[in-house]
Amino acid sequence: MGHGRSEPQSCRATELQGAGGRDGTGRGARGKEDGASGDGGGMSTIVDARGLACPQPVIRTRKALQAGGAVTTIVDSEISRQNVTRMAEKAGYRVLVERREDGIYLDIRQPETPGLPSGAPAAVAPAGGTLVLLVSSETMGRGDEPLGGILIRGFFHALGEVQPLPDIIIFLNSGVKLAAAGSPVLDDLRALAERGVAILSCGTCLGHFGLKEQCAVGEISNMYAIAETLLGAGKVVNL
Amino acid sequence: MAPEALAHVLRPLHDLFRADQFPALLVGLEVSDDAAVYRVSGDVAVIQTLDFFTPVVDDPYDYGAIAAANAMSDVYAMGGEVALALNICGFPPSLPAETIAEILRGGAERVLEAGGVLAGGHTVDDEEPKYGLSVMGLVHPDRILIKGGARPGDLLALTKPLGAGLIATAAKGDAADPAHLLPAVASMKRLNREAARLAQQVGVHACTDITGFALLGHGCEMAEKSGVRLRLHLDRLPFLEGAIRYADEWLFPAGTCRNAACFGSQVGFAAEISEELRQLLFTPETSGGLLVAAPPERMDRLAAAGRGAGQPFWVVGEVTAGEGIEVVRE
Repeated sequence: MGHGRSEPQSCRATELQGAGGRDGTGRGARGKEDGASGDGGGMSTIVDARGLACPQPVIRTRKALQAGGAVTTIVDSEISRQNVTRMAEKAGYRVLVERREDGIYLDIRQPETPGLPSGAPAAVAPAGGTLVLLVSSETMGRGDEPLGGILIRGFFHALGEVQPLPDIIIFLNSGVKLAAAGSPVLDDLRALAERGVAILSCGTCLGHFGLKEQCAVGEISNMYAIAETLLGAGKVVNL
Repeated sequence: MAPEALAHVLRPLHDLFRADQFPALLVGLEVSDDAAVYRVSGDVAVIQTLDFFTPVVDDPYDYGAIAAANAMSDVYAMGGEVALALNICGFPPSLPAETIAEILRGGAERVLEAGGVLAGGHTVDDEEPKYGLSVMGLVHPDRILIKGGARPGDLLALTKPLGAGLIATAAKGDAADPAHLLPAVASMKRLNREAARLAQQVGVHACTDITGFALLGHGCEMAEKSGVRLRLHLDRLPFLEGAIRYADEWLFPAGTCRNAACFGSQVGFAAEISEELRQLLFTPETSGGLLVAAPPERMDRLAAAGRGAGQPFWVVGEVTAGEGIEVVRE
């Protein structure tokens, strides 16, 4: 029946309310690829997907990516940001999000260190500059457990705001609890994953703590892959 | 119009038409369901509904047929038969007359197939084509199928495969394989008439149709109105070919996100179910099938009768005590 049938009544689509942003009716058929432009680390194809409803931003971004090279997609809704980001990350790209007054700019490019598409973690971790963060405990430092818990939360929160980001985070021993359901740092880890950081949890360790079904971010890995990743890394930071 | 704003402007209408003042209105704004139901005598109630939308496929005949099947589906979800239909049309002046004729023919032939009569309509100029029907159906007042009747111990069945909405959206963006679109179009054009007729014949506890809120949204409504919990088995859910591929390519329409935001808190998933499959179950369907709840022995009879009539009843889960929905793997 009519009223409210096509749209859930109580939910909210978060639209960007930026100054000079939407005019409320959308902007009609915009969003064609506007060609290449110099942008930071090289030429990037611009896909202006403002005013377009999903899946159009995803389809246009995908077409531009298939043509090769880096792509900057501009969207104006949270839904489009999420959908374009998920599609690109699934395809193995790295997405950087920049919120500007006139839209959300998604910089999409191949990861600088090859071989870390989310679908195929750790199988390849070639030599080169791979920065690996090894987390072997659910707390940080020794001396006081509760303090260690506070510190680890602070660490993962800060990690999202510092450079460089690790390419891979490996969770071992009780560290796997941080990647499991109920972890206090899950949101931070998900945000890192969204930015292209590969997250691997030791399957044996998850099994030991009865958490194999609870792994909530990244991939479950094995010792063979973990060993290979560590030995092939450019740098390993042991937490 | 934004959903909250719509709810806001509808609220005064509830006060104007108080349920106790209109006893003949069996289902309306307050006891919302798939369509309004109005009792005209002891053995006749009128089901009234309308639905229209912008083109979901390029072919005008198919668009008309899908819009009509979708509009009439609300009558079937209430357990009725279609009696009378009127066209609702908004067409750009530039749209060729033969295109409009094809849209209307697609709709009219569905009404004929439904056993109803198309008796007129109304057309306005509009920038983007819009088409649908206002439909009047009939049902015995004691035989109305509602969302709120599911009981613990019931089995749940679906009468159409899932994914037509996703495939049609992908096709509109030229991102779908034509081989996937054909079965999706056939599914959307198909009436829910036979499924509803069998459900009435065998007797079911609850019934609704799967459209814009997706399987999980409409399932949540059934769970909430029935005061029960639904358990759905992912591996038993029927999907159209291509649906899982487009989910993997993340071609979800915006409605998926809105449904997930709206109903997500009421749904629990087994940990190993991928994000794509979760989103797929939140993806709006167009002219989807019925979701029915019935005790096991009746569900057996329903499935057997359906096999004889070429109307599948896929048993996809069961009703338990509690609230919301859980999606599990075997």
